[in-house]
Amino acid sequence: MGEASVDSELEALRAGDEAAFQSLVQRHHSSMFKLAMTYVGDRGVAEDVVQEAWLTCLRSLDRFEGRSSLKTWLFGILVNVARARRRKESRILPFASFFRRDDSDSHRPTVERSRFGSDGMWRDGPHSWDNLPESKVLGDETLQHVRSAIDALPSKQREVILLRDVAGFDAAEVSSLLGISASNERVRLHRARAAVRQTLEEYLR
Amino acid sequence: MNCRQVVELMTDYLEGALSAVDRARFEEHIAGCDGCTAYLAQLRMARKIVGRLADEPVPAAVEKELLEAFRSWRSTR
Repeated sequence: MGEASVDSELEALRAGDEAAFQSLVQRHHSSMFKLAMTYVGDRGVAEDVVQEAWLTCLRSLDRFEGRSSLKTWLFGILVNVARARRRKESRILPFASFFRRDDSDSHRPTVERSRFGSDGMWRDGPHSWDNLPESKVLGDETLQHVRSAIDALPSKQREVILLRDVAGFDAAEVSSLLGISASNERVRLHRARAAVRQTLEEYLR
Repeated sequence: MNCRQVVELMTDYLEGALSAVDRARFEEHIAGCDGCTAYLAQLRMARKIVGRLADEPVPAAVEKELLEAFRSWRSTR
């Protein structure tokens, strides 16, 4: 969406145009809910978080100066609300989830070593998906496997792949929204995409 | 560069984060390697399929609630 239409969208919202708000909700709500889930882990709480983010957005609309895009601003609010809620929840909930193994920032190999020979070349290389029917590769069942693969990721990787590949932010915006370095962002994205590819390979073989 | 190294550079490659020298060596490897060519295509496909998750519709009840919240916000202005 170009600058002009973003500005006109902001103007429409400020003028109380319900269709403009509905369109914004339809475009971003699904990504926002998934992102909220990476922080709070409970559907009901995540729904609250997203609703609070929308309400905060409306209440602050007149103060929004348009230095970032409306979308970046909206997701920034969501991240803040979700982090605050997680801090609150973590005082009540057991700490088990904090001890889950998380190699999000490691450079450990993302592909099983046994798939390469001693020379580092493929021994058991991936088979191209080019000959598979598109209806299978892009089907609903494939999507369900991808959803499960993302749900199983450590939250640091999940938030990056959701922002980058689901919400469609560019790399610099993701780093800035999450307050992480560009190289950290790429390492987490790499691990996340590699895990999704691995799941797909197992399903599509 | 061998395959084991190349697969770990694929995201840097796709994100345009490799140096010119590494990029050239990466592309040279890919050009002669079916396994890595397939792997790169699969990462691209994975990204494309993940992107479809954005198309999931908003539950009707949630949308209704948000639109009501919008109207009530509008009425207080």
